[in-house]
Amino acid sequence: MSALVSLPDWAALLVAVLVLASSLLAFVGSVGLLRLKSFYSRLHAPTLGTTLGLFLMVVATVLCFSLARGHLILSPLLIGIFVTATVPITMILLARAALQRDRSEGDPHVPPAPSGEPGPRHPM
Amino acid sequence: MIGTIVTVVVGIAQLLLLLAMGLAIVRIVRGPRAQDRVAALDALYVDAMLLLLSIGIRTGSLLYVAACLVIAVLGFASTSAFAKFLMRGEVIE
Repeated sequence: MSALVSLPDWAALLVAVLVLASSLLAFVGSVGLLRLKSFYSRLHAPTLGTTLGLFLMVVATVLCFSLARGHLILSPLLIGIFVTATVPITMILLARAALQRDRSEGDPHVPPAPSGEPGPRHPM
Repeated sequence: MIGTIVTVVVGIAQLLLLLAMGLAIVRIVRGPRAQDRVAALDALYVDAMLLLLSIGIRTGSLLYVAACLVIAVLGFASTSAFAKFLMRGEVIE
């Protein structure tokens, strides 16, 4: 039925453990996204699945396809490299946008803009 | 024997990923502000990538890896466009 059957036993077990650990990390990240109180703490939780979760899944994919087909297949690593490079960018952009929105509404819970910078800053 | 155990374990992992996507959708529906919804959308597409990779492991097809790469590129573009829209009110100026 699947590629997992054609693998040797140790590799199939290893792939299963890696996939399970990765999905557990993603699940914990989503629970954190739902349960944490403020937006800035909610932003941290899903990155659990984005970094370590995706890395474990990519390692499992490389292992599975390389052993099942008999030669090294590294194309899943592209996903890992791309996501590792882009996720910090999007998270910083999102946090900056939220901070600017909160500041412009006068939310008392966020720190004020640093002095010497008149008005809202224009990152990017 | 061990093949069936492993297939069952990967199925459990896929169920967990589906649950994670469901929780992200709950946050999209409930999220008090727009930035919560964008963060939940980001988590949703990452969970979808993980789910696609695990389907690829189960079926033994490399096609899912390419689909996953497309999701990664489009998700990065969409989340950064959303963030820029939230910051400035327009995407391209």
